[in-house]
Amino acid sequence: MKIAVCVNHVPDTAAKINISSDGKSIDNTGVTYVVNPYDEFAIEEALKTKEKFGGDTIAISLGNESNKETLRKALAMGIDNAVLLKTEEYYDSLSVAKALAAEIKAQNSGLVFFGKQSVDFDNSIVGQLTAELLNYNCVSVVVEFELKENKIIADREIEGGKEVVETLLPAVITTQKGLNDPRYASLKGIMAAKKKVIEEKTLAKPNNFTEVIGMKKPAPKQPGKIIGTDSSAVPELVRLLREEAKVI
Amino acid sequence: MFIGVDYFNIESLLNEEERMVRDSVRLFVTEQVLPIIENHYQESIFPLSIVQKLGELGLLGITFPQKYGCAEMNNVTYGLAMQELERGDSGFRSFCSVQSSLVMYPIFTFGSQEQKDFWLPKLATGEKIGCFGLTEPDYGSNPGGMMTKAEKVENGFILNGAKMWITNGTISDIAVVWAKLDGEIKGFLVEKGIKGFSAPEMKGKHSLRASVTSELILEDVFIPEKNILPKSKGLKSPLMCLNQARYGIAWGVVGSMMACYDSALNYAKTRIQFEKPIASFQLIQQKLVFMLSEITKAQLLNLQLGRLKDRGEVTHAQISLAKRNNCEMALEVARTAREILGANGILSEYPVMRHSANLESVKTYEGTHEMHTLIIGEDITGISAFE
Repeated sequence: MKIAVCVNHVPDTAAKINISSDGKSIDNTGVTYVVNPYDEFAIEEALKTKEKFGGDTIAISLGNESNKETLRKALAMGIDNAVLLKTEEYYDSLSVAKALAAEIKAQNSGLVFFGKQSVDFDNSIVGQLTAELLNYNCVSVVVEFELKENKIIADREIEGGKEVVETLLPAVITTQKGLNDPRYASLKGIMAAKKKVIEEKTLAKPNNFTEVIGMKKPAPKQPGKIIGTDSSAVPELVRLLREEAKVI
Repeated sequence: MFIGVDYFNIESLLNEEERMVRDSVRLFVTEQVLPIIENHYQESIFPLSIVQKLGELGLLGITFPQKYGCAEMNNVTYGLAMQELERGDSGFRSFCSVQSSLVMYPIFTFGSQEQKDFWLPKLATGEKIGCFGLTEPDYGSNPGGMMTKAEKVENGFILNGAKMWITNGTISDIAVVWAKLDGEIKGFLVEKGIKGFSAPEMKGKHSLRASVTSELILEDVFIPEKNILPKSKGLKSPLMCLNQARYGIAWGVVGSMMACYDSALNYAKTRIQFEKPIASFQLIQQKLVFMLSEITKAQLLNLQLGRLKDRGEVTHAQISLAKRNNCEMALEVARTAREILGANGILSEYPVMRHSANLESVKTYEGTHEMHTLIIGEDITGISAFE
């Protein structure tokens, strides 16, 4: 079985993001990039599945030269092969999905893991679109994954509980926090990754249906409010949480 | 995730492999060490459960050959790993330093092929733990005067003596013990449980509390012939080990500095006095700038030291300079952070007091600040002030 895992290279969640002078992209000065955190669950599940059933794992990433860093990390964690779908262009979600679907088809992979969303643009859609384009089954936001021959039983996280879903291969699984504990890239893994070759495929210009025309920063946070310092403030606190913040 | 302190884009001077290792260790420390370390420090317990994980990650004996189960990476990578571990805790980093630089290094450098084949793979996984017995109650800065003696007998040696301030001693499976054989210092592998050998833990430390410190007591201990380190020769051999350890310490304390600076900077920006963040006061800014400057200088010093070491060009005096400077400055940075945090600085909620107390030891172990001053003094004048 060939297991594919699609990984994205995103700004570190701890990075301070500024908008660049064109007003529609982020300023990369001083921003470090990391493996999309949800994709780490995807990598780990691909590795666990391989360890259990054998087969071959491949990581696929769409982006520029710097995405190699994320692919290298996937290799260091234990993924066997890596492909960079190389482009300097902006790809909207459907364009990304089309390019990934073509590569997955070329790789003849019947089980594909994605993080449930990329923390850069947060569309939470690429996995599902890719499944549709490939005519694969799809289970999203998975927190438990079990494979028996060609049958998949997966727990999906839903509001207030879990939904247990059964489906068949070929399938796309999008992974959620809680599915597993991603392993650390060990020093031996990092050494081994150095010897592996990342295959590069240059992409043609995308045919996008959406375009980013601007970026805005969120409104500055309102200052907090102190309503009292002892237990007499509790009723007012409860009232505000219920009526103003509407969180209880 | 902690993003480090890198005011001079030193990141750009590292290769991809070095950055990956640093990031992996950084994540490991954030997830596995920081959540438990304060408690271990308070209770004075070494986090033994993490040793196996250190082995799995490949952090024990980073620079040694792959055939012994090690990563065979360069000295800069080793330094970066020590830096990240010490961001967790100096005592915790000490464990790795001792295992790598003071146990695996002498076995690798002075050991027989059988000793290397048997011990190095087990020490690399953390299945076996080691310690290094050089210092004695009456011989600290002057190890050449050691009293521990080895006597040749049939099929081996009899060792007598006592060692003190031995990191990992009580939890060790193997001790590299230095003793005089016919007046010449030689290394011996002393295995746990052997008759006449004990390693009681030293109690009552106010520093390095998450690390085990022990005495080694040797009373007519029989060491088989095969357990002498055949290529060890004189005081130079243990000093070569210390050089490795000092190199790691020079890097390690930068991790402590980063933890203290990060804590102080965040505190200063959020602590309100006189209706404004204390970071707005000139005296606080001056302290923060001092800390950042010293971190940056230490980082650059370490990187060049590591590059020299990787090219085989480093001198022991250069290692002394980095160890001396960085430890002194790390202690100053920790104390300065404590000043910024005021009363909160002494609480376990912040890492500052723990680092500060740890660094009191780090400044004096593996050669005191003063001894390193005299080592460099001798190097530049050609005149030894202590011999």
